[in-house]
Amino acid sequence: MYEHDVIVVGAGGAGLRAAIAAHEAGADTAIVSKLHPVRSHTGAAEGGINAALQEGDDWELHAYDTMKGSDYLADAPAVETLAQDAPEETIQLEHWGMPFSREEDGRVSQRPFGGLSYPRTTYAGAETGHHLLHTMYEQVVKRGIQVYDEWYVMNLVTDDAADPNDRSCHGVVAYDVQSGNVQGFKANNGVVLATGGPGQAFDHTTNAVSCTGDGHAMAYRAGASLEDMEFIQFHPTSLPSTGVLISEGVRGEGGILYNAKGERFMFEHGYANNSGELASRDVVARAELTEVGEGRGVEDEYVHLDMRHLGEERILDRLENILHLAEDFEGVDGLVEPMPVKPGQHYAMGGIDVDENGQTNIGGLYAAGECACVSVHGGNRLGGNALPELIVFGKRAGRHAAGEDLGEARIRTGYGDDVEDETETELPVRPGEAGLDTSSGVAADGGGVAAEADGLLERAVERERARVDRLMDKDDGVQHAQIRAKLQKAMTDYVNVFRTGDGIRKALRVIRECRQEYQDVYVDDPSRTFNTDLQQTYETRNLIDVAETIALGALVRNEFRGAHWRQENQERRDDEWLKHTLISWDDGEPSIFYRPVILEGQDKTYEPKERSY
Amino acid sequence: MSTQQEQPKEPESQEAPEDPEMRGAESPQQERLKEKEQGLAQAEAVDESDVEGETVHLKVFRYDPEVEGKQEPRFDDFYVPFEKGMTVLDAVMYARDEFDSSLTFRHSCRQAVCGSDAFFVNGRQRLGCKTQISELEQPVRVEPLPHQEVVKDLVVDMDHFYDQMHAVEPYFQDEDTPATNDLEEQRQSPENREKIKMSSRCIWCGACMSSCNIAAGDNQYLGPAAINKAYKFAMDDREGAEIKEHRLRILEQEHGVWRCQTQFSCTEVCPKDIPLTEHIQELKREAVKKNLKFW
Repeated sequence: MYEHDVIVVGAGGAGLRAAIAAHEAGADTAIVSKLHPVRSHTGAAEGGINAALQEGDDWELHAYDTMKGSDYLADAPAVETLAQDAPEETIQLEHWGMPFSREEDGRVSQRPFGGLSYPRTTYAGAETGHHLLHTMYEQVVKRGIQVYDEWYVMNLVTDDAADPNDRSCHGVVAYDVQSGNVQGFKANNGVVLATGGPGQAFDHTTNAVSCTGDGHAMAYRAGASLEDMEFIQFHPTSLPSTGVLISEGVRGEGGILYNAKGERFMFEHGYANNSGELASRDVVARAELTEVGEGRGVEDEYVHLDMRHLGEERILDRLENILHLAEDFEGVDGLVEPMPVKPGQHYAMGGIDVDENGQTNIGGLYAAGECACVSVHGGNRLGGNALPELIVFGKRAGRHAAGEDLGEARIRTGYGDDVEDETETELPVRPGEAGLDTSSGVAADGGGVAAEADGLLERAVERERARVDRLMDKDDGVQHAQIRAKLQKAMTDYVNVFRTGDGIRKALRVIRECRQEYQDVYVDDPSRTFNTDLQQTYETRNLIDVAETIALGALVRNEFRGAHWRQENQERRDDEWLKHTLISWDDGEPSIFYRPVILEGQDKTYEPKERSY
Repeated sequence: MSTQQEQPKEPESQEAPEDPEMRGAESPQQERLKEKEQGLAQAEAVDESDVEGETVHLKVFRYDPEVEGKQEPRFDDFYVPFEKGMTVLDAVMYARDEFDSSLTFRHSCRQAVCGSDAFFVNGRQRLGCKTQISELEQPVRVEPLPHQEVVKDLVVDMDHFYDQMHAVEPYFQDEDTPATNDLEEQRQSPENREKIKMSSRCIWCGACMSSCNIAAGDNQYLGPAAINKAYKFAMDDREGAEIKEHRLRILEQEHGVWRCQTQFSCTEVCPKDIPLTEHIQELKREAVKKNLKFW
């Protein structure tokens, strides 16, 4: 068994930042990650980091833009924390050597981004995430923080107190991918989940194949609630054949969207008369699909993004990476022809329910980054707001897990006296009761709250070893790849940009079938050495759980807000829906409930307004 | 074991090709030309009909230290239906998901930024996700990176590569961190940023190290990726002159820059087009200027 004060699961931007912060707070910190840190998907982020750095800009404008962009479903304390801390954290990155793009006077450049009232997106070419990830990994190396890379975390170790809010997390169980060795990792202070997004629940996604929602699913099974899972961002400019992302930076620099008739449809068809291409992402994604749906798409599938008029010099200076992506993955030369683009799953606004200190409703369990929902992004994330979230809230989670006092959080988590139960929607299936076995991630055989951590860890390790043996000893059945493909298709067909109640119900039934098939899943590869078949079989289980929460959230929220559009109710209904959707597993008895959104900031209240661009 | 010492055995055919058209495929160059001509002739609606039914023949290196029949390295043949835009990574993923779930390789982002899937494809280090099948001669031979221990199939042990990367103190060393309320960034000219731009693109895929003859013969040689990492810091004006000299001392040691014999193999295979050899040469010149010891 390994033992540390703080265990960080995942080594992307949030995980690395959390680890550095916990280490600096004096905790013995280790990172456990299924990928080597530099392979993390933060590296694929292109656009930039929003931070109110310049004179004339200020954090309050950033907070205002973010609340508006969220369609008033973000919690003001989270948003204000993000806007206040982003400048300092961005400058910190610069002092760690991050190669930001520069102005003539040597200061860091900032550019306009969708939904922003000021050009406050700090960037490093069109590969900001790559530089952020590598810069932060360099600092981890500098500090000698222990990294267990290519260790796959299989489950969390928590006690089995009846009320999830009374549970504590004592560590994780992981296996060394290279050797197959299953081990316990005891966390004396806390576990920080920083496992990234669940994009692989969809089949056209900008996300890496590693983005399988592992943290979401493990936390959910352990009793943490998941928040606002229905809010999935579809990025308006992904390449049609692969889903590779073309940065919003292209539109930020002046790139223009055209339909098949050569119309600049964002203006000419009235989708966003003021901002045009730089309207919020959900607005642009719906506009594109509407164009295609009404017969004005190119090859009935996509639209064109044209940046030729920017000129070769400016493109090479600020968007060179985009030329390579378009060339390598779509065979298009962005200097001489427009690039084909269509919406692709890109980001999950929802995630593990945490407060502004990164804490979940389970003691000692934290989450930060895309896997978490503070909530900063609400119904729709603005471009350039994900990277500051990683560093601001990664740092806070790391510090708090290490034992620092960050003051009391205003945001509440878990099922409590401030929530309202879901009672109206008829669910087509009983959620979440199948799976490889019906037991949850909770150590049900433990001795209650007072159970000793070492014993809990040992039993959890034994359980995962038995699970691996069972998967590998089984000689036939269904393989995970079939189940995953079926799941992804259903999500893309029915829980996409445009959603209907009937479609979502269909998706839920398919997800149920996937669960049933998963009971017959087996791992064909007989080797303990680097068994990716085994790893992906675990990941597929997580995807099923996470997909179900996305679909359930989408079904119960019968309104149109941010990225979530419902055919039956195509308007935002503030009278009823200024509230977060929460789903809790609760030992196999899932419940859905709501918590009011917090619109009261420290000095002002963000009154919901019509969101027009 | 390393792939370089093993004689590949006669491939055992796994899924024998039924379709006679698949044999005697034309060279990719001819194919491309043909495709282009047809495209011009038919103007529209070429794509799908043109490639439909075509199959890609893969020969994939297999090895597993604990599985009988895989302990001796072998090549397996896979026949994968071709789709327009298919990459080597797409093809091996298809083979894994449809034919043999034990086929093992690292991959993640699918867009040439995570650096996981550098393979030895048709005798050259390439990123699987960035290499179009249509540009390769068939059968497409996919092997693990040479000069590194093979863990299993296409997975190599990267530890030595990481050790070398860490050996150059790959972190910014200016200790002048900002005071909490001091929101001033350090100044850097756009020219200086441009100077380090290419070096900062490295994705740690290991293709360069694998292609380098010197690294193959001298295990302690820092190698092109690590030297390039050091270049990024050494050329960054934000670090002071003293630290730069410290960096040059690390680089001019016995297994540092002077080992490079400017064969340009690293530069040729770099998937991010980093001028590695030029960077190494420039560091040699800097070391001379500083009158550092000449090995």
